[in-house]
Order: sequence, then C-alpha cells, then structure tokens
Amino acid sequence: MQKLIASVTSRLVISIPYLWLLVFFLIPFIIVFKISLSEVAMAIPPYTPVVDITAGIKSVFNSISQFSWDNYVWLVEDPLYYKAYISSLVIAIVSTFLTLIIGYPIAYGMARAPATIRPTLLMLVILPFWTSFLIRVYAWIGILKPEGLLNQFLMWANVIDTPLNILNTNTAIFIGIVYSYLPFLVLPIYSALEKMDYSLVEAAEDLGCTPLMAFWKITFPLSMPGVIAGCFLVFIPATGEFVIPDLLGGSSTLMIGKTLWSEFFSNRDWPVSSAVAVILLLLLVVPIVLFQRSEAKAQESEK
Amino acid sequence: MKSLGSFRRKFAPWNDPEAKPFIAIENVTKRFGDFTAVDDLSLNIYNREFFALLGASGCGKSTLLRMLAGFETPTSGRILIDGQDMSGIPPYKRPVNMMFQSYALFPHMTVEANIAFGLKQDGMPKNEIEARVAEMLKLVKLEQFAKRKPHQLSGGQRQRVALARCVAKRPKVLLLDEPLGALDKKLREETQFELMDLQMKLGLTFVVVTHDQEEAMTMSDRIAVMDKGKVKQVATPAEVYEAPNSKFVADFIGNVNMFEGTAAAVENGKIDIDVAADKMTIRTDATRNCSVGQTVGFAIRPEKIRLSRKEPANPAVNAAYGELYDIAYFGDMTVFHVRLENGRIIKAASLNAVRTVEDPLGYEDMVWVNFDTDAGILLTA
Repeated sequence: MQKLIASVTSRLVISIPYLWLLVFFLIPFIIVFKISLSEVAMAIPPYTPVVDITAGIKSVFNSISQFSWDNYVWLVEDPLYYKAYISSLVIAIVSTFLTLIIGYPIAYGMARAPATIRPTLLMLVILPFWTSFLIRVYAWIGILKPEGLLNQFLMWANVIDTPLNILNTNTAIFIGIVYSYLPFLVLPIYSALEKMDYSLVEAAEDLGCTPLMAFWKITFPLSMPGVIAGCFLVFIPATGEFVIPDLLGGSSTLMIGKTLWSEFFSNRDWPVSSAVAVILLLLLVVPIVLFQRSEAKAQESEK
Repeated sequence: MKSLGSFRRKFAPWNDPEAKPFIAIENVTKRFGDFTAVDDLSLNIYNREFFALLGASGCGKSTLLRMLAGFETPTSGRILIDGQDMSGIPPYKRPVNMMFQSYALFPHMTVEANIAFGLKQDGMPKNEIEARVAEMLKLVKLEQFAKRKPHQLSGGQRQRVALARCVAKRPKVLLLDEPLGALDKKLREETQFELMDLQMKLGLTFVVVTHDQEEAMTMSDRIAVMDKGKVKQVATPAEVYEAPNSKFVADFIGNVNMFEGTAAAVENGKIDIDVAADKMTIRTDATRNCSVGQTVGFAIRPEKIRLSRKEPANPAVNAAYGELYDIAYFGDMTVFHVRLENGRIIKAASLNAVRTVEDPLGYEDMVWVNFDTDAGILLTA
C-alpha cells in the first residue's frame, strides 16, 4: 500500500512539469497553429472557420476540412517575409556575438574578483531588471537621438562637430539588444567560470602555458556550456524582438517581430501573423533540438 | 642491481660541506597583508633528495612550495634552483613541475592529452610526444586508460595521471602538494613506496608538502618541521624522531611524554632533573649544555618506557609508581596510560611480540614505570 502511495506521489511530482508544458506551451501552440490554417474574416474572432467543440464532432470535422496551407504559401511567395526572417537572424547573430564579446570579460572579471565583492557585482548585473524594460529602452532614445546625451557629450569633448545619426539605424538596434540581453549572457558564463577550479589554470601555467594560452586551452573550453547557454538566451529572444527595433530602429529596419506585429494589429490578419509565428518557432526550435541531440550523443559516447 | 636501501643509506649530501645545494632558499619571507606566512626562512635542498616539508595547516609549507613553483613571489629573500635566481621568472619558465593537491587534471581532456599537455607547450615533435606519453603511461601502469577522461578514473588512478603529467616534462624538481592526501589509508601506503621508487628511477629531486608525519617519515631523506612560517628542525626522519631539537618538534612528531623541571646536578656527562610537579628525579645524558638551576625539558617516547609490577632497582631515579588507568590495544602494540598520584598520565608502549602473556597487566593494577638514562632526550629549547 505504502509502495503504491509512493509511486503515485512520485508520478504526480514528475507530472507537474509536463502538465505545465502542456498547458502553457503545447496548447497555446496548437491554438496558434490552428489559426494559421484559417482564413481572414470580418468577424469576431477575425478568422474562419471557428472550431466549436460544443457543437458536436461533426461540426469539428467540418471545420477541420476547411483548413488550408494558403497562409504558408503566401509567406513563401511574398519576399517581404523571408527577407524579414533573414534580416532578423542576421541582426540576432551579430548582436549575440557583440554581447558575447562584451559579456565574457565582464563574467570573467566577476568570477575572478575577491569572493567578498562577488555578491555586490552580481547585484549590479541584476539591478537593471528592477526598472521596466520598456523604460530602459526609451531611455536609450534620449541617449542616442541627434540632440541626445551621447552627441552632446561627444561635441562637448570636441570629438565630433556634427551630431552622429545613431537613432533609427541598425547600430541603435545592436546597442539596444546588447544592453538589454547582457545579463542573460553574463550570468550563465559567470556561473560556469565561478565553479571552475583555479588550480587548473595554475597547472596549465606550471606545464608551460603563458597566462593567455592557459586561458584559451583551459578556461575558455571549460566555460563553453555557459557560453552556449548564454548565447541561446540572447539569440532566441533577439530574433523575435519587437520593442527594440520598433523604438530604436528606423522604418527601413526589417525584423520579423515588427512584421508580425503589423500583420496582427495593422492588418488584423490573425491567420498570416500566426503562420509567421509558427515559422519563427520552427526556425528557432529545430536547430536547437538538433544541437542538443548532437551534444547528448557526444556525452553518451564518452561514457 | 643494488637495492634502494643501499643507496639511501649512503645518500647524505647535506653532511658534505663541498656539496652544492640544488635548491637554495635564502632568507625568504612572504607576507599576505599583516599575516606572515613564511618568516625569514633559509633551506638547502640537494640534488636527488626526497625532501618533506612537514607541519600543521597554516604553518607556511604550502606557501613555500607555491613560491618554488612561481605562483607566489617572496616579499623578500630569494630562491635559487640549480644556481639560477628564480626572482621574476614566471611559473611557465621554471624547471620545476608541481603536482596539485586536487590533482588539477584537465576535465575536458583524455588521460593521454593531459600527459601530453606540457610536452605540446614545449613544441616537442609529435612522434616524440607519443613515445613519451606511452612511456609515462607504462610507468604509472595506466596503459589501458589512455583514452579515458579524468572523471572516469578512480582516485588512485587520477593521482597517477597527475604524477605522470608532471613527470612527463622531465623537470629538475618535482613539487608535490599533499600527494597522497586524497587516497585511503591502504592505497596511501602502497603509493608511498611507488613514489619513492619513481623518484629513484628518474633521479629527480622531490619536494613534498605534507601534514602526515608517517608519510614524511616513510618517504623522505630529510624532513623540515615547520611552525608559524619558520623551520624548527631539518634532519633525517630518525634524527627528528630520536633527537628532536626542541619541545615543539618532540611534541609534534609521534607520541611523547614531556617533563619540565630544574637542572639539579650536572656531573659525569649526566644531568639530574628535579621534576617537582611529579615528585620525580630524572637522570639523563647531558647531550646539551646547561647549568644547575636552569629550567629544562625532558622528552621520552612511550616505547622507551618499561612497565612492571616489581619495584625497580633504584626507585629514586627515572621511576614512578602509579595506577594503570587506560589501555589502548592496537594489535601490534599496546599503549598503557599510567596515572601518577598527582593525576599526571605517563604513556608507555609495549610491542605484543608474543601472542599470549601470563598474568597480563589490567586496569587499576599498580605498576612501576622506569627507563634508562639514555632513553629520553634533554631539551633546552
């Protein structure tokens, strides 16, 4: 009896995360996917067919028979969409790389700082989260605009004599993404570096490595799990980013998040915007799943 | 082939005034803020010596080792290795290699790659590296584990990989930080002899840091007993045990009964010590100069004290009467705790050379302890 209770409880505990994923990930995805197979309609909700489970199985099947892939065909035919996808990926890749270049030294410095000041440094990295993300991005407008703080400072310091045009360019988007997502990259790298045994670096130096070589051969490879996790945490949200390109980018900036937003709110075309979202999801999930598989395989073969 | 022992017995370059030290530590001081880890320390270590730095944690032995490796810089003084001043020479340019207490094996590399690491840094040709790695794997008997990663090895195997890795570069000096600290007792004893064997075979100079006195006594040619950043005594294991130069060393190494009293008479090379607290008179060889009335110490090892029910021939000197208070049976030997009238405990050990003893000593028996005039050691420091 006790065994039975134990097995039921343990199953219950395991089922909670699955239930969570089901309710908050799979079901919403199915709803979005279903909408993407529908057609626009002047109605509430603004698409057809509407699947009504209460109307009986026959009506559900009838609705399903009306689903079509037209929206996906549309996405392929109109170059606007794939250009937006590609431009999003490029912007996300470049900004992830920039974030890594800035974030790694920060994480390294934190991990090598005296243990007494590490909590303070960690606090400083987390501190910006206490202010609304939106407000922080708005603040960048004030800094980057032609008569903004940055240009005022540079002109005061006689570095330039005409204001730099940064706002509403891709540069502003890079600045925004790097600034906003830096903590997501710093924290996993910091945690990987912090738990690393420093005597490994000493051992490398003892065996003939200069400090720089010891970094490349020991510290960096051992921080790789943190680097990969951090890069994913920047790359994935950056690809679908809407707020930063909308506020800091120019009208010519093409990003899929913006396209999705205008399909949804300006055109009220829920089916097409749902199709855009589904493709975006596949674009992000498939490479990650493949990557994790190969990682798992590599680990398996070691054992 | 000559045995290891025959070489060891004759090996004593520290007694040869002509011999040049291989490692010369000259007046080295190391401070961390207000804390002095190593205090004006001078030490000579000779080529092919197995040298142990022994002390409790925080005595500065690890700091000294790290200064030899180049991870710490002396605040003052200098270190010479093979005649070359090591000041300002970074770890990666020193002719020494260190085995870390944690072993510090690179977790992302195989056993093979770990051993080859130092050789690659030196730009050794590939085929030579392969040959050397194979040789090292054979030396530490890990040939079939070459492709494994460190986390797939046992503690003893990891220790051997660490050893192979730092020996592979053929350094002049090998520094070992608590090399056997992470192994269990049985493995530790085996590995002690393996280490000694390896040191002989390769003809290297070993400097070992340890807090385990048995380990230091078994393995090393000489031991430096350290306390609070200073060297208290540098001598062979037997000298450190049988002829400690101070109360600290006598107390630190092994078991000891310590007495304190006043020198009452000095004559015929003997000294009488009046131990008022225990109402004892101790007569011992006057191995150190001292004058009548001076406060002196006396140390005697438990195994050099005899126990008997019979009163000794001269109960006035080197004898005491008391109750058997505690008996600690170790199998090979037994340590008896005898409580004197004033509550003082004297420890006496006897070897259990025969399996059964008629009328063995038991708890609460009244016994005499006594010892010879050359059994203990006079201490003035």
